[in-house]
Amino acid sequence: MNCGSDQVIYMDNNATTRIAPEVVDAMMPFLTDCYGNPSSMHTFGGQVGHAVQDARQAVAELIGAEPEEIIFTSCGTESDSTAILSALQTFRDNRHVVTTRVEHPAVKSLCASLTSLTGHKHRVTSLTVAADGTLDLDQYRDSLSDDTAIVSVMWANNETGVIFPVEEMAQMARERGILFHTDAVQAVGKIPINLKENAIDFLAISGHKLHAPKGVGVLYVRKGTPFVPFLNGGHQEQGRRGGTENVASIVGLGRACQLAAETMEEENTKVRGLRDKLEKGLLATVPKARLNGHPSQRLPNTSNISFEYVEGEAILLHLNKYNICASSGSACTSGSLEPSHVLRAMGVPFTAAHGSIRFSLSVYNTEEEVDFVLDKIPAIIAELREMSPFWEPEKMKQASGDGS
Amino acid sequence: MWDYTDKVKDHFLHPRNVGEIENPSGLGEVGSLSCGDALKLSIKVEDGIITEARFKTFGCASAIASSSALTEMVKGMSVEEAAKITNQDIANALGGLPKEKMHCSVMGREALEAAIANYRGIILPMAQGEIVCECFGVTDLEIIQAIKESNLRSVEEITNFTKAGGGCGKCEDRLREILQATVNGLPVEPRKEEKVRRLTTLQKIKKIEEVLAREIQPTLQKDGGNIELVDVDGDFVTVSLRGACASCQASRTTLKEYVEKKLREQVIDTLIVEEAKP
Repeated sequence: MNCGSDQVIYMDNNATTRIAPEVVDAMMPFLTDCYGNPSSMHTFGGQVGHAVQDARQAVAELIGAEPEEIIFTSCGTESDSTAILSALQTFRDNRHVVTTRVEHPAVKSLCASLTSLTGHKHRVTSLTVAADGTLDLDQYRDSLSDDTAIVSVMWANNETGVIFPVEEMAQMARERGILFHTDAVQAVGKIPINLKENAIDFLAISGHKLHAPKGVGVLYVRKGTPFVPFLNGGHQEQGRRGGTENVASIVGLGRACQLAAETMEEENTKVRGLRDKLEKGLLATVPKARLNGHPSQRLPNTSNISFEYVEGEAILLHLNKYNICASSGSACTSGSLEPSHVLRAMGVPFTAAHGSIRFSLSVYNTEEEVDFVLDKIPAIIAELREMSPFWEPEKMKQASGDGS
Repeated sequence: MWDYTDKVKDHFLHPRNVGEIENPSGLGEVGSLSCGDALKLSIKVEDGIITEARFKTFGCASAIASSSALTEMVKGMSVEEAAKITNQDIANALGGLPKEKMHCSVMGREALEAAIANYRGIILPMAQGEIVCECFGVTDLEIIQAIKESNLRSVEEITNFTKAGGGCGKCEDRLREILQATVNGLPVEPRKEEKVRRLTTLQKIKKIEEVLAREIQPTLQKDGGNIELVDVDGDFVTVSLRGACASCQASRTTLKEYVEKKLREQVIDTLIVEEAKP
C-alpha cells in the first residue's frame, strides 16, 4: 500500500509523527534476523536484551534520568494509567486526585472513572485554566490537601501547545508528601527536560510523538518512588511491567531519543521560526482570526488558530484537497457534538471554537510548505465565509466601524 | 476521517445555489453558531412553484452538502410537493450520510419547513413543546417527529438525527421515555417532577436494610459472619463486616460480587458498596 507521504504537507505532528528513516534502519534487524527473546539464556536472545538496555540508556539520557528509572510500556495511555493507579494503590486512604480540565483523554477519562475502577469513592479536582490556557498556581496550591494521593498535570497541552510549570508544581507537591505525575508526551523531544533537577515522580512518553513507531511508550518512575505494577506477569522491566518486550519498537524509540537530543536545537530555532512565520502570516492575512493559547509559554511547533464564523471540518476538507494535513477542535471532526474540551475550558467563544485549526510542525517541514499553506488558506476561509450566514452581518459591522 | 460519498464531496467542494434571494417569498433559518451548524434558506415562489432556492450554511461538509442538494431538489417543485420532502430524501440525494451526520439532513428539512411556513405566513409548532435537550435546545415535538419519520429505534439514533443528548447527556432517560412511548404509539407523558427511580436517602436506607435482613445477613451468618450497614451517602453504601467475614481474605470479593450485586439488583443499580475503615 502506498499512502503518498511524499505528496502531503504534514502539519499534524501532535497527532503522530513520521518515523525517522534512521529509526527504521535501527529497527529492521529486530523485525528480521534478531528475533530472540531478550529474557532467554542463550546468546541469541541475550544480545537482543543488550539492544533493549541500550535503548533504555538513550531514553534516560534525553530526559536526565537513570536507565533503571525507565519502564517500557505500550503507549502513553498505559503509562498514565499505570502512574495514577499505582499512586492510588500506594496511598489507599488518600482518595483525592488533582488534575486539570485540559488533560488528554488518557488522563481525563481515567480520572472520571476512578470510582468504578477502584471501587472507592474518589474526589477529583480539575484545575481551571485562564483564557490563554495557563494554570493558576495559587489555585493549585489551595487544591492540595492532606488526602491528596497524586497530582497529574500534562507538561504541554496537545491542542494549544501551552507549557505548564510542572517543575514548580512538582516541588509544591513534594513539600506536601504528594506524588506528582506528568503526561509529557507532547513535550519530550521538543523542549529540554532534566529530571535530575526537579521533583517529578512519574513521567509518560509516547514513542510515536517523537518519530518512533506507534505502540511503544515509557513510564519514568523516580528511584525510591513507591510503585505498583499495572500489568502483572513475567519479570520483564524488573518485574514492573509484565509482557514480552516490543523489542523493535523499543530499539526504535531509543534511536528516536538520540535523534531528538541532536535536533532539539533545530526544533527551537528552525521549527519555531517556521511556526512563527505561519502563525504571523495567517493572523495578518485572514481577518477575524485569533490565536488560542499563550503566545510565548508554548511548544515551538504548535499553533492553534481560530477562524471565526466558519467550521473546522469544512476547513480541513478544503486543506485536504491540497494534501495539507492539520486538525481541528471543532465538534464535527471528533464524532462528538461539542467542540474541544480544551478550548471550552479556556472560554474560547463558540464563534471561534468551532473554527479552530491546529497546525503542529516538525523538523521535516520546510519553508516552501509554510509558504504554500499561507498561500491557500486565506481563499479557503473567504470562500467558506461567503457561504456562512453569520459572516455577512459581521462584515457589515466591521464596515460601519463597530467591529475590531 | 468521515466516509463521505462522492456526491457529498462534490456538493461540498462545488456547492450549488449559495447566497440569498433578495425579497424572498419564504425564508427559513435554523441552527445557531453555538450548536456548530446553521442554515439560512431562501426560496422564491411563483404560481405555487419554487423557482429559485438559495442557501447560506455554517457547518461541516455534510451540512453544506445537504443544503446544496436541498436547493437543487426543490427547484421546480410545487410548494405542496416540497413540503413532503423528508430528511431521508435529502440524505438519499447525497448517496447517504454517515449516521453521526444525519442531523445535517434534518437541519435541511427543518429549514425547508420553516421557509415554506414563512411563505404561507404560519408559525411553526416546532417553537412550542418542552425543551428536552438543553445543550442543543431540542424539543420533544422535534424528537417525536424524527422518531416517526426516520423510524428511530435507539437513543443513539436520536442523537445522530437531532443532536439531542449529544452534549452533557443528562436528558438520556427522558429521550428513552419519549422513544418508548412513541414507538408504542402512545402519547408522551409530560415530564414527571420526581422520577420514581430517584429514591430519597431515607427510602434507599430502608430498602437496603430490608435486603440485608432478608437475604444477605442470613447467607453470611451461615458461614459464621455478619454484615452491618454503617452509612449511605448518595450511591455509596458503607458497611462493616463482622465475625468470620471480618478476617476473611475473600471479604472484598464478598462485598463486590455478592453484597453489591444483590443491592444493585434489588435497590438501585448505581450503588457502590465500600467497607468501613477500621
